[in-house]
Amino acid sequence: MSAHNSSQRDTAVAQRLDALRDRHARLFVPYYESHWRAIVWLVLAVILFLYGVSSLGLTFNRIYGGIGELGSMVMRMLPPDPARFNSYLSAMLETLAIALLGTLSAAVVAFPLGFLAARNTTLNRLVQFFARRSFDTLRGVDILIWALIWINVVGLGPFAGVLALFMSDLGIFGKLFSEAIEAADNKPVEGVVSTGGTSMASVRFGLLPQLLPVLLSQVLYAFESNTRSASIIGIVGAGGIGLILSEQIRTLELRQLAFVILMILVTVSLIDYLCSKIRFAIIGVRAV
Amino acid sequence: MNSLGLQSVAYAQAVALKRRQLWLGLVMLLVCVLVSGQIAEISFSKFIQHIGNFTSYIDRIAHLENGQSVLSDPVEWFWGWKKWLALMGETLLMAYVGTLLGACAALVLCFLASKNITGNSTVVFVTRRFLEFSRTVPEMVFALIFVVAFSLGPLPGILALAIHTTGALGKLFAEVVENIDMKPVDGVISTGGTWLHKVRFAVLPQVGSNFASYALLRFEINVRGAAVLGFVGAGGIGQTLLEVIRKFYYADISALLVMIIATVMLIDAVTERVRYRLLGQQGRP
Repeated sequence: MSAHNSSQRDTAVAQRLDALRDRHARLFVPYYESHWRAIVWLVLAVILFLYGVSSLGLTFNRIYGGIGELGSMVMRMLPPDPARFNSYLSAMLETLAIALLGTLSAAVVAFPLGFLAARNTTLNRLVQFFARRSFDTLRGVDILIWALIWINVVGLGPFAGVLALFMSDLGIFGKLFSEAIEAADNKPVEGVVSTGGTSMASVRFGLLPQLLPVLLSQVLYAFESNTRSASIIGIVGAGGIGLILSEQIRTLELRQLAFVILMILVTVSLIDYLCSKIRFAIIGVRAV
Repeated sequence: MNSLGLQSVAYAQAVALKRRQLWLGLVMLLVCVLVSGQIAEISFSKFIQHIGNFTSYIDRIAHLENGQSVLSDPVEWFWGWKKWLALMGETLLMAYVGTLLGACAALVLCFLASKNITGNSTVVFVTRRFLEFSRTVPEMVFALIFVVAFSLGPLPGILALAIHTTGALGKLFAEVVENIDMKPVDGVISTGGTWLHKVRFAVLPQVGSNFASYALLRFEINVRGAAVLGFVGAGGIGQTLLEVIRKFYYADISALLVMIIATVMLIDAVTERVRYRLLGQQGRP
C-alpha cells in the first residue's frame, strides 16, 4: 500500500519536474552548453598566460630564489633610518611642488580645450577630431618619456618634471573634461538661450555650474595620483624624491630606502585625505 | 522690515560668506603655487629661451640621419621593426601576465576586504591596509627593488605590475562587492551554503562583468606601465627606448614612440569595445 503510494508520488513529482523543466528550459541547460563561449575564451586566456610565463622566463627557481633574496632585503631594511632627513624632506616638498604645478597648469589649459573636444560645444567636427587625437597622443606617451624629452629641452631638474606632468595630464584632463561636457544636461543651456543669452552666457550660466564640481573632483583625484608619479620621475633626473630613491637602491642603503618609501606612503595618504576633505567641502559628496 | 526683506538680507549674507570662502581658498592656492614655483625652479625666461629646443627636438626626431623626413622612407625609419615588434610583444605579454596575476590575487582578496561578505572586522582591516600599501607604492619603486632581488629581465617587471594591480583592482572589486544585492546571499545562507558557496553562487554572478571590465581597464593602464618598466631594467621595450633617447638616435626615438602610441591606442579601442559589451550584458541572467 505504502509502496504503491510512494510510486504514485514519484510519478507526480516527476511530472511536475518535467513541467518545470519545460517552463524554464533555459535554466536546465548544462553549464558547458550555455557558456561555451566563455569557456573557450577562458581556455585561450590560460594558454596565453602559460605561454607568457614560459617565454618571459618565470621559472620556479628564479621566483623562489628571488623571494629568498627579497626576504633578506626586507630584513636589512629594518629599522628605517632617517639619516639625512632634511634632504629627504626638501626632496619630498619638491615632489609635491611638481605635482601641484603640473596638475594645475594642465587643468587650466585643458579647460578651454575640453570644450573644443566635446561634441556639443566644439566649433566643427574637424576641430573636435584633431583635439581628441591630440589628447590621445599626449596620453599615449608615458610621463617618464615626457620627462626624458623635456630634460633635453630645459635641462635636468624639477622644471622638466613639471612640464612632463603637464603634458600627460593635459591628455588625461582633455579627455575627461570633454566627456564631462558631453554628459552635461542641455536643458539649462536651452533655458539661457531662450532668454536671449549669448553662447558665452549659455556656457557660463548653463554649463559651468553643472561642470565645476565634476571637473574639480577629477583634478583633485589627479593631484593625488600625480603625487605618486612625481615621486618616481626623479629616476630619470626630472626632480623630486625619485632621484634619492634610485640612488639608494643602487648603493643598497636599504634602511634609508625604507624610510624614504615610508615617507612617500605617508605623504600620498595625507594628500589623499586632504583631497577628499576638499572635495567634500566643495561638492558635498565624498567621491565621484 | 518685511519677511521678504529679511530673507533677501539672509541670502545676501550667505552669498557673501560663500564669496569670502572662495576668495580665501583662491588666495591659499595662489600662495601654494608661488611657493611651489620657487621650489620647482620654474623660470619662464628659461622656458621661452629653450622652447626652441623642444620644437627642434620634435623636428629632429621627425627626420632620418640623411636629413630626409621620416615619412619619405618608412622602411629606413622602421629599420629595426622585427626586433622592436618582438619587444613590443614582450611588453604586451608582460602587461597581460602581470594583470592576470594581480586580478587573480585581487579576486581572492576583495571578498576578504568587503564588510558584507567577511564578518570578521580584523580580516577586513588587515586586507584593506595591505591593498592600500600595494597601490600607494608606485610600481616603479617595486620594480627598482625587485630588479635587485630577482635580477634584470621581465620577471621583476611582471611582479611589480602584479602587486600594483592587486592593490588597485582589490579596492575597486571590494567596492563593487559591497554594493551588491544581499538577497541572493541570504538565500544561499538559508539553504546551508558555506562561505565558498556564498561567494560562488550569490556574489560572483552579480559582480563578474564589472570585475572583467575593471580588469580590462587595468590591462590598458598596465600596457603603458610595462612600456617604461625597461627604464629600470625590468624588461619590455623601455630599455631600448631609453637607450635610443640617451644616445640621440632621433629617428629611432620617433619610430619607437609611434609604435608604442599606436599599440596603446589599439589596445584602448579594443578593450573599450569589449568593456562596453560586458557592461551591456549586466543584468541579463
